[in-house]
Amino acid sequence: MADPTARVITREAAPELSGWTAFRLLIASRVRAQLTYRANFVINFAGAFVLGLVEFSEIYILLHNTPLLGGLDLLQAALVFALANVGFALADLVVGQVDAIPQHVRMGTLESFLTRPMPLLLQLVTADFQLRRLGRAVFALLVLVVVLVLLRPEPTAATVYLLIATPLWGATIYAGLFVLAGGIQFFIIEGTEFTNAFVYGAGYAGQLPGSVLIAPLRVAFTFVFPATVTAYLPALVILGLPGPGFLPQWLGWCGPLFALTTGLLAALGWRLGVRHYTGAGG
Amino acid sequence: MTVRRYLLLMSAEFRRQSTYRLALVAGIFTNTVFGFLRISALFAAVRGGGGSIGGYDLAQAASYVWLGQAFMAPVYMFLWQDVAVRVRSGEIVSDLARPIDLQASYWARDLGRAGLQFLTRGVPILALGGLLVGLSLPTSPWSYPLGLLSLLLGISISFVCRFGMNLIAFWTVDARGFLILYGFVMNVLSGFYLPVAIFPDWLQVVAHASPFPAMFQSPIDVVSGRVVDLAALRTVGIQLAWLTGLLVLTRVVFVRGRRRLEVQGG
Repeated sequence: MADPTARVITREAAPELSGWTAFRLLIASRVRAQLTYRANFVINFAGAFVLGLVEFSEIYILLHNTPLLGGLDLLQAALVFALANVGFALADLVVGQVDAIPQHVRMGTLESFLTRPMPLLLQLVTADFQLRRLGRAVFALLVLVVVLVLLRPEPTAATVYLLIATPLWGATIYAGLFVLAGGIQFFIIEGTEFTNAFVYGAGYAGQLPGSVLIAPLRVAFTFVFPATVTAYLPALVILGLPGPGFLPQWLGWCGPLFALTTGLLAALGWRLGVRHYTGAGG
Repeated sequence: MTVRRYLLLMSAEFRRQSTYRLALVAGIFTNTVFGFLRISALFAAVRGGGGSIGGYDLAQAASYVWLGQAFMAPVYMFLWQDVAVRVRSGEIVSDLARPIDLQASYWARDLGRAGLQFLTRGVPILALGGLLVGLSLPTSPWSYPLGLLSLLLGISISFVCRFGMNLIAFWTVDARGFLILYGFVMNVLSGFYLPVAIFPDWLQVVAHASPFPAMFQSPIDVVSGRVVDLAALRTVGIQLAWLTGLLVLTRVVFVRGRRRLEVQGG
């Protein structure tokens, strides 16, 4: 025991520190650190909140010009917006940092992650966990509450289940897309904007009434990148509306199935990506 | 020759940007996907609104979307914090010590960047959009040279605003939050998400009280032929007025900020 600091970082020295505990400790430390700079946190949180507001303004402006957008009125479209946004914001909060893989590769920090006894994905998540991203979820939840108060849907078991479960399956689906994008980024470091097309594209498509999407997009953002499943289709079930072409209403119940397929796709993409990574001797 | 220095900086940045080939292809792809998403939403609103909203029919809506997707990279609708980062790290000191004006040198480089992005990213997107969906082109031949001038002014106004916002870094350690907030507001009010003409009246008033439509909506209006002849000249005149005013304002702030600057170590 010549060097006391060496003990801390070896696995043997802390056998009782399970992966979950380590994860919790790291997240807690990030949150504590961010809350220390109060003013900074407030402006960043406000920024995330305003992002939600800005995205909602689009729905509001569109429906200022037409009574119905893809068959939905303002309140119904706002329900779709809110459900999709809660899901996307939660996914972004947890795994949005995976976007930073190209920076980690360029800076060589990825190598040090790979040598540590914790899964790479968990380390990326904890390395830059940003509580401020919650601001967007808070805004979306606010919209959801207002919409529900004004819309007063029949509180059947089905509606209650869909309102609670949809953002959770949605978050899983969007998180899957983030991780899949991360895996692909190992192959195309300079071309990460490709993945924006289906990560942020799905985020944008998800908050629109799916019926407005032109046919190829409607199919792609349902059966490949299941964006419409994260809000529009469950909302149709809640509102008792029929689905447009290619999108039967019953797909609104298939959140778990799409979450599973996206999760499997993400796991596969991530594993391939990490295996492909060879490093540059950093 | 002083002007030569800036021209060299501009062409250096033009060439630097051209090395990221895969990024350019990726950008074109993503902008095209988003183009189709935006067209979907806007078409649905035009159809629901009885075939025309705010003076946009389907063909004009398509032109608006493709021109917007083509101009977003040159005008730069994203987070830009180059100056703020250098103020924070202290590297700005060596920039200020150079025998060249800081703001003018960044401006020259931004024009070089925008030029390359317009040619390699904007033009292909317009070609793709025109082929796949169709564009309504202006009938007046004056729309093209005037449109190019309007785009140049739009890029410059965007730069001066971004530079001005970066100067916040002289007063606070972390300007990032302000820059992000600025970006969101700019994205809406510039007409990047949706055309300013379809905003509710109150939001149009807010937008036109800001320089944002002059960076993005104005070039689209002039190039698409939505405003022609005298109206087009008036649009470009308003852009010139914004650019001049903002240049004076940022200059004053820059001089004050530089006086405040205190860097430790070195």
